[in-house]
Amino acid sequence: MHALLQLEREYRAARRDPGFRAELSRWLGTYAGRPTPLYRADRLGEAIGARVYLKREDLCHTGAHKINNALGQALLTTRMQKRRVIAETGAGQHGVATATACALFGLECVVYMGTEDMRRQSLNVDRMRLLGATVVPVSSGTMTLKDATSEAMRDWAASVRDTHYIVGSVVGPHPFPMMVRDFQSVIGLEARRQMLKSEGRLPDCAIACVGGGSNAMGLFGPFVRDPVRLVGVEAAGEGIDTGRHCATLEEGSPGVLHGSLSLLLQDEDGQVLPTHSISAGLDYPGVGPEHAYLKETGRAEYVSVRDEDALEAVALLARTEGIIPALESAHAIAYLAPLCKSLRPHPTVLVGLSGRGDKDMETVSAWLQSRGSR
Amino acid sequence: MTRLARRLREARASGRAALVCYLTAGDPSLTETADLVAAMADCGADAVELGVPFSDPLADGPTIQRSSQRALASGASLSGILELVHRIRERADVPLVLMTYHNPVLAYGRARFAQEARAAGVDATIQTDLPPEEARDWLSLSHDAGLATVFLVAPTSPPDRIAAAGRASTGFVYCVSRMGVTGASKEIAPEAADLIGRARAVAGCPVCVGFGVSTPEHVRTLAAAADGVVVGSALVAIVEQEPTPQARLAALRRTTSALAAATRA
Repeated sequence: MHALLQLEREYRAARRDPGFRAELSRWLGTYAGRPTPLYRADRLGEAIGARVYLKREDLCHTGAHKINNALGQALLTTRMQKRRVIAETGAGQHGVATATACALFGLECVVYMGTEDMRRQSLNVDRMRLLGATVVPVSSGTMTLKDATSEAMRDWAASVRDTHYIVGSVVGPHPFPMMVRDFQSVIGLEARRQMLKSEGRLPDCAIACVGGGSNAMGLFGPFVRDPVRLVGVEAAGEGIDTGRHCATLEEGSPGVLHGSLSLLLQDEDGQVLPTHSISAGLDYPGVGPEHAYLKETGRAEYVSVRDEDALEAVALLARTEGIIPALESAHAIAYLAPLCKSLRPHPTVLVGLSGRGDKDMETVSAWLQSRGSR
Repeated sequence: MTRLARRLREARASGRAALVCYLTAGDPSLTETADLVAAMADCGADAVELGVPFSDPLADGPTIQRSSQRALASGASLSGILELVHRIRERADVPLVLMTYHNPVLAYGRARFAQEARAAGVDATIQTDLPPEEARDWLSLSHDAGLATVFLVAPTSPPDRIAAAGRASTGFVYCVSRMGVTGASKEIAPEAADLIGRARAVAGCPVCVGFGVSTPEHVRTLAAAADGVVVGSALVAIVEQEPTPQARLAALRRTTSALAAATRA
């Protein structure tokens, strides 16, 4: 608790410090490849009857939006004069981003990852190791993101004096949800500016996938006061009614996990339920508390997409636009068609394309083969 | 004075630290937990901490994590554990402290939990992931129900947070002997004594120490400084390793007696 209070003080001071902001923005520009393009995807748009803009976070260095937060928190780590960094990772994108930032700033890096995720995202395990990070397999519980997060927190309880924990999403105890949201808000700030420049108006709707919810929070934040519909897409896994999903905002109830009160997939005794998604980055039984707030106030709405539809969306985007999205981001693409039915004719929709799909090629290839054989 | 405070003071008055023994309720079954608790009370445990199993025990090391999994697999829930406390109360007067994570309490209903825990015979509760800053409601519910509260402090806790934990705790202040999660350590970190001293200086209630305390030598080291010493993982490991109910009972009796003998500094 002391460490969290200290972190909040340090972060608030850094946020006010023009030197810190300038340095972060220099790294984001010269190293991470910001601003990322806002791309009008006309062939995709034609397929679904909308004007679709993709915010191309998949073009960030390391292949996903996670680098925005990893650089911010790594810089904060050096400011706090800590030498060691730990992180949890699901899909491996946050782990790779953190390992990258640590290599860049010369910090020791340990990443906790569920053994099930290490299997399905093995490319990212190799990348983290090449970048000099130690990847610690976590075989407790469901062997996925939730358990990796718990294990990272246990490490931090012992190591907090010289270690910073770079939480990868808008989850965990305060100030993490606020801090990660702030570091990711660059997505929405850029997109808003780019949208106004190319269309002269704001989109009718902004849509993004939600696991913990960092890319969605980063995209939504700067639009919260605008007349723009905000839609978060969770993973319905094999279908909500099968129980094998992680649609926390649709199906969860209030609960405390990993230090914050939010919605949670739990049983009547308050035990956290096992979850499933084909996408490791969405496979988490909790969700950022600010998303729960946006849902409760009605400012954002949350829907879910099944594994099968996310896979179809990977193929759709690949064939219409030549872009292979991450399975996580594909959930947002998959909901475009149903979404457009509920909007005015020829709507303008902004999609957060949070990451690229190289890491998912094994999963996608297996699906293509099984589809071909059917 | 409550049963818990009385036992802690009596121990101190007789020149020793109180021995607090932890077990996860429902590991391997609620029925067996009742027997094990009665045996520990019989062998010199001054108080017993009953752990409420949680699917995601963030503050626990591998031994208690596995124990929580076994307890959940055996079907232990908060309502079952309160029934267990009723049954223990029929045979033992030992002070009982429920140690739980916040979420099972939230799911049960906080007011209902406070009332029913007290009615069942629970003396105090510890909610590992509920810091004093977030506990205002819980403090008044506990006060109304007559349940004592216990908050944790760590070697990194600065004076103001130790003071806050001291103000919020009515049972005892729980000093975490070293940075990290529960589980046996080779030796007691030197920072433990310093923390106990700092807590004693500000707390209006007894001060106990735990986390990493596993052997009679550890207990002896801490007995002079603290009002109570908590042993957890070392006892849970016995439950895990011994193959039969009889063997578990016998080994737990032996170990509890040895630990109790070490409380006289």
